[in-house]
Amino acid sequence: MRYHFVVCMKQVPMVSELPWDSRSGRLRRDLADGMMNPACKHALEAAIQLKDRHGARITVLTMGPVMAEEILREALAMGADSGILLTDPKMAGADTMVTSFTLARAITRECPDFDLVLCGCHTSDSETAQVGPQLAEELNVAGVAYVEKLDLQHHTVRLEREADDFLETIEMDLPGVVTIATQRYTPRYASLGGLQEAFDRDSITVIDAQGLGLTPEQIGRNASPTRILDVYSPAAQKENIVMRGSAKKVVEDLLDQFGDQIAAAIGKDLKPNG
Amino acid sequence: MRRFQNSIWVYGDYRNYFQNRVTLQLLARAVELAPEIDADVCAVIFGHSVDDFVGEYIAHGAQKVYVIDHPDLKTYSSETHAALLTHLSRRFSPEIILIGATDFGRELAPRVAKRLGTGLTADCIRLSIDDNGLLIQTAPAFGGNLLAKTVTPACRPQMATVRPGTFQELPHNDDAVGDIIPVTMPEDLPVPRARLMRSERIPKRAQRLEDAQVVVCGGRGMGSKTKFKKLFELARLLGGEVGATRPVVYSNWIAHDALVGQAGKHVHPQVLFSFGVSGAIQHTAAIADADLIVAINKNPEAPMMKMADTAIVADANQVCSSLIRELKRRIRE
Ligand SMILES: Cc1cc2nc3c(=O)[nH]c(=O)nc-3n(C[C@H](O)[C@H](O)[C@H](O)COP(=O)(O)OP(=O)(O)OC[C@H]3O[C@@H](n4cnc5c(N)ncnc54)[C@H](O)[C@@H]3O)c2cc1C
Ligand SMILES: Nc1ncnc2c1ncn2[C@@H]1O[C@H](COP(=O)(O)O)[C@@H](O)[C@H]1O
Repeated sequence: MRYHFVVCMKQVPMVSELPWDSRSGRLRRDLADGMMNPACKHALEAAIQLKDRHGARITVLTMGPVMAEEILREALAMGADSGILLTDPKMAGADTMVTSFTLARAITRECPDFDLVLCGCHTSDSETAQVGPQLAEELNVAGVAYVEKLDLQHHTVRLEREADDFLETIEMDLPGVVTIATQRYTPRYASLGGLQEAFDRDSITVIDAQGLGLTPEQIGRNASPTRILDVYSPAAQKENIVMRGSAKKVVEDLLDQFGDQIAAAIGKDLKPNG
Repeated sequence: MRRFQNSIWVYGDYRNYFQNRVTLQLLARAVELAPEIDADVCAVIFGHSVDDFVGEYIAHGAQKVYVIDHPDLKTYSSETHAALLTHLSRRFSPEIILIGATDFGRELAPRVAKRLGTGLTADCIRLSIDDNGLLIQTAPAFGGNLLAKTVTPACRPQMATVRPGTFQELPHNDDAVGDIIPVTMPEDLPVPRARLMRSERIPKRAQRLEDAQVVVCGGRGMGSKTKFKKLFELARLLGGEVGATRPVVYSNWIAHDALVGQAGKHVHPQVLFSFGVSGAIQHTAAIADADLIVAINKNPEAPMMKMADTAIVADANQVCSSLIRELKRRIRE
C-alpha cells in the first residue's frame, strides 16, 4: 500500500519584524518577511522519513497570502510531491475554528484518500496549538498531539509522546491527524539545487474560496467566533528602573527592590540577616 | 426567581495531582470573577474513584461539582473526556469553561470548543470581565513579545486554557460545603480511535533551560570563556540554568543547546538575568515572556536595557561576582 500524507504548514513572519495593525489587531503580513513555521518543518521532516521507509505521496497544504507559496516550494525542495495553496482575501483573519474548517474542506475535496495529516505542534506567531486537534474533529478522524515518534503499521500508527511528565505509547487508527513536537525530527536542509528545481516545477495548485465551494459567511474573520480587542507590547508596561554605581552597591539595590520576587522564584529566603 | 443561573466551570485535571495545581488555581480565579456575572463556581470531573479530588475542589472554592464516575474512565483519554465535557456543557449551558493549559488540557480544549462551535483562547495569562459581562482573555503571541486581548462575543460557552502558575490557589478550607452532582455516563460514548497502550512516569531528569524558573543569560559582554564560567556558579546558587547568545555559542564558551533566541530555545522563567547582552531582536524574541528581567550592561542605551524591569549600568563580570558573594552570604542552606 502506498500512503498519502498531508502536511499542513503555515508561513509565519520572521520575528525581526512585527508589523501589526494596532486598530484591527491583525498582522500586516504584507509587510513582514515570511518563513516556514519551525514546528511545521518538523512535521514535514517526519512525513519525509516515513515516506523514505514505507513509500508515500506527500501533499503540503497552506492557507495564507499569495506569497505563502514560497514555503510550499521550500517543502517541495525538501521532499514533498505537490502543494496546495489556499488563498483568498476573504479567508483572512480566520481564528483556529475557521482555519481548521477551511483546511478540512480542502483536504476532503483535494485529498480524499489521505491516510495521515501531520501538523506542527504550534505556530510561532499565534501559538495556539489548536488547529491540529480541531482539524481531527472537523475531519472526524483520530487525533493525537505532541507526537515525538511515529511507526506505521498498515491501518494503525504507533505513536510515542511526552505529555505532562508521562511517556505515552498510543495506538491510533488511520486515517488520523497528528501534531509533531520539535524534539526529535530535526528538519533537513533544502539544497540550493533542489530549491531552484522546486521553483521550476509545476506542482502547486492554487484554490480560492469559491474553488472550495465556500461562501464569504463561512470563512475568514466573518465566521470566527473570537474577536481580538487589542494587541499590545508588554514591554511598554515595564517600569524600567535604572541602577548605577559600584558592583557592590547595585547588587544591594537589586536585592532591596527585587529580593522578594527573586526569593519567590528560587524558593529560598534572601533577607539580609534573619 | 430567575430561571437560569450563570455558571463558570473549571475542568478537573487531576492527573499528576501534586505537581499540577492548575485546577485549584483556576477555581480561585473563578471565585473572584463569579460575582461580576452573578455566577456559580463549578468543577467538572471525569474518572473512577475520584471522591478525594471532588473533596479537594470543594475545599478550594467549588460550589458545585459535576461528577461522572465510571470504571471505563480509569484511563485518561482526551477523546473520551472531550465527548463527556461536550455532553455536560450541552446539558447545563455554562457561561464560561476554564481549562488548565497542561499538555492534556491543550489537547482537550480545542476539541471541545470545536464540537460546541465556540471560540477558545489558548494559554491565557490574564482573565477579567468587561462591562458587558464578557470574559476578556489575555494571551501571549510571538513568544510573549505581544499580548492579545480576545473575547468571544456571541458564542457560548466562552472557553480559555490558562497557563499553570498564573493564579494563586485558595487555602484549603475544611469547612467548605458544596453540592456534588453525579451524572450518569452517556451510553452512546464512542470507542476511542486513539488508544493508550502504555504510560510511564518520566523519571526526574535534569532541568531543561526552557522549563527553568530562573535563567542566567550571558552575551559577548562577559568577555571570555573563563569569565563566562562564573555564570554557572550564579545559576547553581539560584537553582537556574545558563543560556547564551549566538556569538557566545559560536565561540564555544558553552554548548550550542544553550542558545536562546529565534534559532534556539524559548524561555519563560520567573526571573531572567541578562549579562552583557546587547538585545538583538533574534535573541529578545525568545525571552519576553520572563516575569522579571534584570539586565546588566555598561551601555545604558543597549536595547536589552530598554526591555528590562531593572537596567544595571555596570561591568557584567563585576556584578556577577558581587552577586555570587552576596547570595552566598544570604542563602543559608
Ligand atoms: C537569522 C539570524 C538568527 C539569529 N538568531 C539568534 C539567536 O537565536 N540567538 C541570539 O542570541 N542571536 C541570534 N542572532 C544574532 C543576533 O542578531 C545578535 O548578533 C546576538 O544576539 C548578539 O549577541 P550579544 O548580545 O552577546 O553580543 P553583542 O551584540 O556584541 O553585545 C554585547 C553587549 O555586551 C555589552 N558589554 C560589553 N562589555 C561589557 C562589560 N564588560 N560589561 C557589561 N556589558 C558589556 C555591550 O555594551 C553590548 O551591548 C541571529 C542573527 C540572525 C541574522
Ligand atoms: N493557515 C494555516 N495553513 C495551514 N496549516 C496551518 C495554518 N495555521 C495553522 N496550521 C497548522 O496547525 C499547526 C498549529 O497551529 P496553531 O494552532 O496556530 O498553533 C501549524 O503548525 C500548522 O501545521
